[in-house]
Amino acid sequence: MPVDRRQFLKLAGIGGAVLVSGCARPGEPYAADADEFFFVQLSDTHWGFRGAPNPEAETTLPKAVAAVNALETQPDFIVFTGDLTHTTDDPKERRRRLAQFKEIASGLKVKNVRFMPGEHDGSLDRSEAYREFFGATYYAFDHKGVHFVALDNVSDPAARIGEEQLAWLKRDLDAQPADARIVVLTHRPLFPLYPQWDWATGDGERALELLMPHKNVTVFYGHIHQEHHFKTAHIEHHAAKSLIFPLPAPGSQPKRAPLPWDAAQPYRGLGFRQVEAEKPAEYKITERPVAKA
Amino acid sequence: MRRRLFLGAAAAATLAALPAWPQERVVRIAARKFVFEPEEVPLKLGESVVLEFTTADVHMGFKCVELGVRSDILPGQVTRLRLTPQKAGTFGFFCDVFCGDDHELMSGTLVVS
Repeated sequence: MPVDRRQFLKLAGIGGAVLVSGCARPGEPYAADADEFFFVQLSDTHWGFRGAPNPEAETTLPKAVAAVNALETQPDFIVFTGDLTHTTDDPKERRRRLAQFKEIASGLKVKNVRFMPGEHDGSLDRSEAYREFFGATYYAFDHKGVHFVALDNVSDPAARIGEEQLAWLKRDLDAQPADARIVVLTHRPLFPLYPQWDWATGDGERALELLMPHKNVTVFYGHIHQEHHFKTAHIEHHAAKSLIFPLPAPGSQPKRAPLPWDAAQPYRGLGFRQVEAEKPAEYKITERPVAKA
Repeated sequence: MRRRLFLGAAAAATLAALPAWPQERVVRIAARKFVFEPEEVPLKLGESVVLEFTTADVHMGFKCVELGVRSDILPGQVTRLRLTPQKAGTFGFFCDVFCGDDHELMSGTLVVS
């Protein structure tokens, strides 16, 4: 029985990472497709957090790095979508946490790693310390036919992207054709996912207005510490799990307090994801655990 | 959408500069890391009140999505927000300006009866 490409991915995916480029569709030549690739998204690592919601906070990030390194096939690149560190009022301690995080992340086999701040990294000093370690808080890059845009919606403590960055985004998008494959990486949801918990971006609708003329747009973000998938018009939004503690489903409890640690199932609700970019603008998401139970 | 947000912000700023009318009830809400005091604010349906905010330390915010009101709370200033609840119920509010560890837990409720 012939196995088509999707079936192959499903079957091979049981054992770990899958490189889609080398798989042939029935009737197609067996040849690598240069435009297909995958990247890994890690989010909300909160390095420096100490507390009951994760009594193994000091080892969770190193375990996640080891889990990514253990993938059978390594990704083209890796993104951390914010809250690299847990916030602190002490600027020296903030820099110490950022330095430690950077040192741990340097243990990733893949050296093409992209970062962006979360409000815990950047909202108390408008990302001054973050920039010392990781550079610009918003930027764009191209990879195998996909235009990636990293947006900063946290350096303003009121969670606004701001006029300057929106003007930059407009210039960046104006240079892209309407059918460009665009992926937005950011920390907070650009749409009002649950404003009652501040799960939104103050001027996120302005960014979405700029993205709307482009027909192939997908957003990957963090902040809400759980997997979540939503569509605004034709734009898909995919939230990632955290690597410190899960948060409750939107509105499911009075306060957005972390879900308790379950010693019987450590790391439950935590993880990272692989994102396979396929033509024309489809993304296959595979969630991965921090450590096997 | 943009215009509506702009007008909303302008209205909040204007209200912040206004004193309460003599007949209006004033409800004082003190913000500090990471609580509002009081956390539960009883209000009467249709009664115009002035919420009077202060912060003991850093720039904070007050936002109640269901009643469509928000305001910055700035150190060294008293911020006033006039509110006339038009629906009964319990409505959550929270700090919408990141202020540090446990910012996410800084919230309260307006109870309109």
